[in-house]
Parts: sequence; C-alpha cells; structure tokens
Amino acid sequence: MTSSAVRSPAHRAAGAPGHRTLLTSAGLVVLLAVFAIFPLVYSNPLATTYGFDALIFIAAASAWNIFSGYSGYLSLGHAVFFGSGMYTVAIGAQDWHLTGDAVFALLPLAAVVAAAVAVPVGLVALRVRRHTFVVITIAIFFIFQLMAFNFSFTGGTSGIDAPILNWAPGTYNDPFYYLAMVIAAVTLALSWLIRRSRFGLHLRAIRDDEDRARSLGVHPMRVKLGALVVSALITGLVGGLWYYFIGAVHPQSAFDPLFDLQLALMGFFGGLGTVFGPALGALILEPVQQWLTVQFTNDYLSEILLGAVFLLVILFLPRGVIPTLGERITAWRSRARDRSVSETTADGGAAPEAAPPDLTAPGTSAGAPASRTAGRREGTPS
Amino acid sequence: MAHQIYPAIADGILGGGVYALMAVGLTLIFGVLDIINVAQGILVIVGGYLSYVLSVHLHIDLFLGLLITIPAMFVLGLVIHTAVIRPLRGSERTSMSLLACFAVAIILEGALYWIFGPNVVTLKASYINSSFALGGFYINDIYVYCFILALALVAAIYLLLYRSRFGRGVRATMQDATAARLIGIDVNRVAAITFGIGVAVTAAGGMAYGATSGGFNPNSGYDLISRLLAIIILGGLGSIGGALVAAVFMITVESLVDIWSPNWAIVVFYAALVIVLTVRPSGLFGRKAVRAQ
Repeated sequence: MTSSAVRSPAHRAAGAPGHRTLLTSAGLVVLLAVFAIFPLVYSNPLATTYGFDALIFIAAASAWNIFSGYSGYLSLGHAVFFGSGMYTVAIGAQDWHLTGDAVFALLPLAAVVAAAVAVPVGLVALRVRRHTFVVITIAIFFIFQLMAFNFSFTGGTSGIDAPILNWAPGTYNDPFYYLAMVIAAVTLALSWLIRRSRFGLHLRAIRDDEDRARSLGVHPMRVKLGALVVSALITGLVGGLWYYFIGAVHPQSAFDPLFDLQLALMGFFGGLGTVFGPALGALILEPVQQWLTVQFTNDYLSEILLGAVFLLVILFLPRGVIPTLGERITAWRSRARDRSVSETTADGGAAPEAAPPDLTAPGTSAGAPASRTAGRREGTPS
Repeated sequence: MAHQIYPAIADGILGGGVYALMAVGLTLIFGVLDIINVAQGILVIVGGYLSYVLSVHLHIDLFLGLLITIPAMFVLGLVIHTAVIRPLRGSERTSMSLLACFAVAIILEGALYWIFGPNVVTLKASYINSSFALGGFYINDIYVYCFILALALVAAIYLLLYRSRFGRGVRATMQDATAARLIGIDVNRVAAITFGIGVAVTAAGGMAYGATSGGFNPNSGYDLISRLLAIIILGGLGSIGGALVAAVFMITVESLVDIWSPNWAIVVFYAALVIVLTVRPSGLFGRKAVRAQ
C-alpha cells in the first residue's frame, strides 16, 4: 500500500499548504506546454510518432489506473476495451462509408461501445477477487480475441483497413498528436478529480478492505463497476484513435496480451494508485521500448529486455517511482525534524514482515504515518 | 454422429490426462505459495523444446529423455523461485508475483524465439503415428502412452503429498503457512521444492503436448496457460482433485464442440469457465470461498 495513496483528501487539504498545489499545477502547465510545443520543435514524423505513442499510453495507463490502481483489482484484460474501440471505429467507418476527417466523429461511439462492453464484463468478473479476478480478465480477453478471429463482421484474420487520409505527409501526425494530448490531459484531470472525490475514497476503501468498506456503507459492486466503466470509456476512445493512426485492425493487434502487460508495467513502474505515476511510467517506458525495438532490429531481444525491465521494476522498485521517491523525501524530512520518531518507527517497521499479507493490508488504511512505511522500506533490499 | 462422438470423448479423456498433469503442477504451486505461476504455459513449451533437442540432436527416446528433462526443469523451477519469487514480500506480494511470473514468461518466450525461431516443430518417434483399433475407431498409441505417463506422475505426486513426511509439510503449509511455520516446518524449503516439482511436471507435460498436439512454437505458451488457468480456476484453486476433474471435463467438452465447429471449440472452453464462476465463484471444488479471501 502506498502511503500517499491512502491519505484522505481531507488530510491533504488540512496538512498541505496551498503553495504545494500551486507548484504542482505550475509544473503541469509547463509540462503541457512542452507537449504542445514538441511537434513544432521536432517536426520529424518519427519524433511525433514517438510522442503520439507516449500520449496514447499515458491516457491508457492512467485509465487502467483509475480502475486497477484505485480499486486494487488488477485487470490484465484492458485490451478488451482497447480492441472494442478499434473495431467500433473500423466497422462503423466501413459500414457507413465514412472517409477522411468524418471518421473522427466515430471516436465518441468507440468510447460508448467500450463502456457498454465493460458492464457485462464487470458484472461477471467483479464477483470474484484477487487471483481469480486476474485470471477471469485474462479469460475474457481471450474470448474477445477469439471472437474477433471467428466472426465475419470483424473481417477475421485479415482484419479491416482504415480509410485513407490524404493529409500532407509532413504534418500528418500532428492532428493525431494533439487529439491524443487532449485525451491524455483530460484523463489525468479526471483521474485527479476521482481520487479527490467521495467515489475515489470508496474505491480505495475497497482496495484496503472490501468487506469492511461494505459494512461502512460502500456499495462495492456499484463503485467497482463505475470505475471499470470510466476506465473502459477512455481505453475505448484511445483504441479508436489508435486504429485510425495505425491504419488497420487485426485480432492480434486489437487484443494483444502485451498491451495488457504494458499497462500494468507502466502502472507499477510509476506507482500504482497515484495520479501521475502511470503517466510517468508511460512517458518513460514507451519511448524506451520504441527505442529498443528500433535499436535491436531483433524483435526477440527487445521482448527479452522488456521482460527483464519488468522483472527489475518488480524486484527493486515494487511500489513505483513516485511513492518510493515520495517516501524517501518524507523520511528525510521527518528525520531532519525529529530524529527520535524515525528511530522508534524503524524498530516497529520490522515486525509486520513476518505477518501474513492479509493482516498487514488493513493496517495501512486510514492514513498510517508515512515515516512508518518508510522505515519498513529500509528493511527490505531496494 | 456416434462415430464422431466416441472418438471425441476418448480424445478428451486421454488429452485431459495430459492437461491434468500440467494443471496439478500449477494448482500445487498456488496451494503452497499462494501465487499463480502464469509462466507455466511457456515452461511446458520449454519442456517440449528440451525433449525436441534431446531427440533430434542426441537421438534419445522421448520417454527416456524425461529422465534428463524432468530434473532439468526441477532445477529451473528452483532457480526461478530463488531469483524471482522468494524476494517478493509485503502486502502486494500476490499481484506482484503474478506479474513477476508474467515477466519470466516473456523472457522465456523471447529466448525460445531467439533460439528456435517461430517455426512450428513436431516431436518424432516411431510410435507417434501408429494407432490401434478399438470398437470401430482408431486411437493413436502416443495418446495412450502419454495418458499413462500423466497418470503415473499424478499418482506419484499424490503419494508424495499424502504418504510422505514432506507431503505432510506441504499440506500443512497449504492449510495455513503461519501455523506450519510455528510447528517447525521449514516453509521456505517446502515452497522452493513445491515450486520445483510444479515446474518439473512441465517437462513431461511439454513432451506429451508436443507429441500429441501436432506441433508447437514459442507462441503456443499463451494458448496453454489460458487453458490451464481456466482448468485450475474451474476445479477450484489449490484443489488437486478438482484440477483432475476439470481438466478431463474441459478437454472433453472442447473436443465434442470441435466436431461441430473447430473455431468455436476454444471459445466454449472459456465461456464454460465464465458461466461456472458466475454461478459458483469458488469453482467446482474450491477449498474455501473466494469471497472470504
């Protein structure tokens, strides 16, 4: 459990002075400006393709995080929504004979279809927890992939090609890039709003202890399903845009197991359940992966390296960059402020290691002091 | 119709035996370590390639080669456990271990692609294409041999679990790891060896899969793991008997639907899982209610 993730909004509002929020928003404005200027500075189509990929994954990983990060239900089946979005735009454009810019009008439909798919998926999958949930999401993912292969309206193995856009090659990527940027920014804003809301609080209560949350008046099914639908909505939208950019949809690319894994990897790398962690993970990992693919023309080697990076993240940065950094800073501050506090908590931090995982989890709810978790962190190899 | 149904049932039962063997390894690892080894699918393929190398380059018989590949996969299991599984601690261990196993699977898949390429390979032996007649239809010898092999190994695992001191330690750990530790069981050692055994069965599973499925490549791992996961969830996580029944049931259903439409057979497989779990979230033989976990 991340210490920053469990802190309640009220706690943050009372504890943190306004200048910190101001600093964060100033940083975000600068970042947004950098993203907005990027295609003007690096107008090379290869650079804007990298940028577009990164933005798509920022949005998708943040959307994944709204469900999996906040609720603790690890989904390895988000490609279901991504693929549904891709196929919605593909089939819509094909059947209604849309061409050129008109295809973009189908993007909201992609989002709606993906959200509609999420309702039955959620009603089935969210009845179970932990491992079983993860496995059910994988099973549902395979059902969708097989359906895409077998139904005739999906075009089967040959897939569906996108209508051709006759835009100038030099600036072809730019509209896609800016659309992805808007989606990514809106997703992050939504993620931030959800985290601060009562809805977000319910989600994190479910993550910490679902049965206790229920007894406190949270409706777990309603809340979990709501988060899944919001998450699917964005993932489907992103999928629709991705389809038009890539120019074709196939069952393997629409429902790709590596996509599921990438979202989880980005979430874990940046910090599961934090607002900006998954975006940071996407921003770092997606270009790295693209670079690896270009650098080593051997696909297999880049696959091995992706696995190795993933493994190293899990083993050495298990709670992600942002929470770990945050804890380091908090620990350093509290040590500077009060030496004795950090000493006693370091002793207390060693004990929970021996206890079974299920017993330690609820203990971190309702705002355990950050320095205590930091003390435990020091005990494990990192 | 009957001339299609009986062979399909026979195929389902014989093939189900092989899946049962692989699934028992998976559910055993879950029961003791509380993790799902999603690398099991690709490990089966690794086992298959080991048998392939031994038979093609060293001309060792497939079944004889198991004397080498089973210990080799056991050691690989110990290595994975020591390097990847054991270091994981803390409250997120469950999901972390799942992702760690996924990462291991990706690395192994990439390595297999690198070494063997994407071409489908088949295991060859004199008895692979021979068959015998039974009540009006033919059964391949290799299916029967592999079924017997699977039965023998599952029986060996059963004896180890229920008739040995080590097995008592394993079962105690499955029931309650903390209590097992308190009464003096070396839970870490039990976990390591269990993981080793769970992976070791993939050597036999891979050989049997390679000999009966008509060929495999590194990508076959996805197909395998999704079936194995469906089987152990359906049987109830951690239940060995459940895994056996579910394996035979699922493979038989798949092979029956295959008569009607090969394309939809595998969809029915997952749909069965989803339907069963909607009615019974803990699976057919779940040892405890999933909701309570």
